[in-house]
Amino acid sequence: MSTTGVHPGSALPDSRESNYLTHKSGLGSWMMTLDHKRIGVMYLISILVAFLLGGIFAMLVRTEHLTPKETIMSADTYNQVFTLHGAVMIFLVIIPGIPAAMGNFVLPIMLGAKDVAFPRLNLCSYYLYVVGTVMALASIALGAVDTGWTFYTPYSTTTNTAVIWMVMGAFVLGFSSIFTGLNFIVTIHRLRPPGMTWFRMPLFLWALYATAIIQLLATPVLGITVVLLAVEKAFHIGIFDPQLGGDPVLFQHFFWFYSHPAVYIMILPAMGVISELISVFSHKHIFGYKFIAYSSVAIAILGFLVWGHHMFTSGQSSLANMIFSALTFSVSIPSAIKVFNWLATMFKGSISLETPMCYALSFIFIFGIGGLTGLFLGTLATDIHLHDTYFVVAHFHYVMFGTMIAFVGALHYWWPKMTGRMYSEFWGRIACALIFLGMNITFFTQFVMGSHGMPRRYFNYIEQFASYHQLSTVGAFIQGIGFIVVAIYLAHSLFRGRRAPANPWGGNSLEWHCSSPPPHDNFAVTPTVGDCYDYSGWQYDAQIGGYIPRPVGAEH
Amino acid sequence: MNYWLAQTQGDFWLPPQASTVSAEVDWLFYFIYWLSVFFFVLIVGVMMYFIFRYRRQPGRRAEHTSHHNTLLELTWSGIPLLLVGFIFYTGFKSFMHMTVAPADAAEIKVEGQKWSWSFTYPNGYVDKDLHVPVDASIRLLLSSSDVIHSFYVPAFRVKKDAVPGRYNKAWFRATQPGEYLIFCAEYCGTQHSDMISKCVVHPPGEYEKWLQDASDFLSKMPPAEAGEKLYTTRGCRQCHSVDGTAGQGPSFKGIFDHPVALADGSQVVVDENYIRESILEPNKKVVGGYQAIMPTYKGRLKDEEIGAIIEYIKSLK
Repeated sequence: MSTTGVHPGSALPDSRESNYLTHKSGLGSWMMTLDHKRIGVMYLISILVAFLLGGIFAMLVRTEHLTPKETIMSADTYNQVFTLHGAVMIFLVIIPGIPAAMGNFVLPIMLGAKDVAFPRLNLCSYYLYVVGTVMALASIALGAVDTGWTFYTPYSTTTNTAVIWMVMGAFVLGFSSIFTGLNFIVTIHRLRPPGMTWFRMPLFLWALYATAIIQLLATPVLGITVVLLAVEKAFHIGIFDPQLGGDPVLFQHFFWFYSHPAVYIMILPAMGVISELISVFSHKHIFGYKFIAYSSVAIAILGFLVWGHHMFTSGQSSLANMIFSALTFSVSIPSAIKVFNWLATMFKGSISLETPMCYALSFIFIFGIGGLTGLFLGTLATDIHLHDTYFVVAHFHYVMFGTMIAFVGALHYWWPKMTGRMYSEFWGRIACALIFLGMNITFFTQFVMGSHGMPRRYFNYIEQFASYHQLSTVGAFIQGIGFIVVAIYLAHSLFRGRRAPANPWGGNSLEWHCSSPPPHDNFAVTPTVGDCYDYSGWQYDAQIGGYIPRPVGAEH
Repeated sequence: MNYWLAQTQGDFWLPPQASTVSAEVDWLFYFIYWLSVFFFVLIVGVMMYFIFRYRRQPGRRAEHTSHHNTLLELTWSGIPLLLVGFIFYTGFKSFMHMTVAPADAAEIKVEGQKWSWSFTYPNGYVDKDLHVPVDASIRLLLSSSDVIHSFYVPAFRVKKDAVPGRYNKAWFRATQPGEYLIFCAEYCGTQHSDMISKCVVHPPGEYEKWLQDASDFLSKMPPAEAGEKLYTTRGCRQCHSVDGTAGQGPSFKGIFDHPVALADGSQVVVDENYIRESILEPNKKVVGGYQAIMPTYKGRLKDEEIGAIIEYIKSLK
């Protein structure tokens, strides 16, 4: 962006010659960059590598279950592989996925700022992510962890595997997450340009803000908990292990005090992405802006009060069970509000099914199932039967995979902005269909076997469940193929893709007012802020394959 | 290996009902299920209709509709709130039925250890399987000697964690004679998925007979045979084979009267005293190459029973 303003109607200069990618070159210019966009891209690459690893572990788990007994690995290897799958996907992929990769890239631009409030802290958070990742993965070579990603005591304090490396990796990753959250909160409070009031912010920013609150308040509890665990394991100081005078259920309280809010760290940004996508691809103003914005904050707050619903069978008191069950249901209301508002946004819209929208609609389908099956688990009487079975596994995969669907949707939505290239719409939709289909085959099957009593984390299983497991594995392979297709056409687009216009989808939040890719400092002059959900200022231009500002005074 | 007992099928979603609370739990399950189906079909149906009806077409633009409607939004917040309020209340009520045992319930102690269950009957007899009379309330007192396990009988809709260092309680009243699987539902390591026992529900009058027969085994059987029974029922078998294959612990085959190397390099001859010591203080002299993971049997095996196990190990030439 050279000198012009960025409201619709201004000329959009071509910044292909000078953008954030070409601003400086050389490895050093990336490693030491303070540019939020480059840091976002580095996060993205790291997270995609971690996703590949987590995906390989998932495929190994599913392949093992093709037969009821040993198929390709021993019981101990299986226990390590499912632990790695969970830990990698949660700590390295889903928690940082949307906030650290997508959020870092678009948050300042959407806000109309030149960068986040603390660019150096931002770079520091990336390197902490790298260090934490290396520590967590080093555990594979140092005696692979076999505790499950939940690290329940006293199993984790007595098993002879590299638990300390993994939990200290999680500790470092926690600081990475805290720094990102802190940065986002300060940025949103302090760097809004004139006119960008709280209620003019895109809903994605509300979602990131709500997420950041949880990151800041809940993550330290995880940090303290894993340090206590490491101290007990290394120095035999009794905290959780009853042999040493500790209380194992105390660990579960501490762990879920972080890890339940962490579920909302994972899902809230996804909901924020979906709010953007549904509105843009329906060409329609978002319905119920304030309800959606407040529901993000409500979820963030209520999410702190429900951790005990992971422990209904642990022996905590019936009174505690009752309170946690009641509070759990309160979270379902703001989630339902969002879904209804998305549908109302589509009403009388002009809906186009480009790849990001296909992911957004898939999200509503998948999150619908994930959310509704949560009712069975929040209900005391039914949870007793379903707890620790594949029903729970299926439920949280429907929710967490919903986040991955939103992440991939966001990746497709902002890909032209990040890379300056368009990908193949044809292959984009094919891949989305494969992932959607494979995902449902994999996990819907798991609901059925779970409600029949198939416990989770089982290496061997009884013959009765064989056909369910085999079908589930077939679904996993279909998903795997879908993700490979995505990797191929996105890589192809980097080299051969059509040049992306500034605004390929007709969005009106501020990132679409920048060129693709954006210039180094986002905005040369402070942008003028309008209603980011008012699309009337744009018209489609077939020649550039994107939207251009409608000339002032032109007919709609 | 009689682990893989075939379980009679229930319906598409749920296993057979075999306890007094099953019907109550299943009713609520299906209530939530149909409510979920209704809302899911509504949401996806409306979504599909909108995708088709308002698809982007040349010449057609998005129509302006209001950006919010407080009454509508309060309505679709309020109706779900009422519904989940009902679900919560019903779930809690049933949960209390599942939690509070009747006063006349007989008590059986359940102990989890890596990787087997043991059940102690009111007369002190210990078995690897749970035997109960039909139509009688049974209270379970659960604990664990190592890590957390979880006692789970799908057909009874009962699950409770067995936590080391504390007692948890659960109860059930079986309604159908037969055999049901008991799973461990809380991850506990290598053989977590093999930690399966049976719950045998006896027809009226047969439980007492079974208990009497089973309890007398020490006086009825030759010591080596009684030792074999203890070997299978008290958790030795999960880690110590009798055919020479290495498990989590050394095999018992041909071990008696032979020297073994300990972890610290010293040697010890496996005699009566070493076996006895290894049962009571298992982690004092661990054989080289194995981890110190065996729980102590101090206070859990009587002298007579230890003697029988020694005789059994002697017999494994």
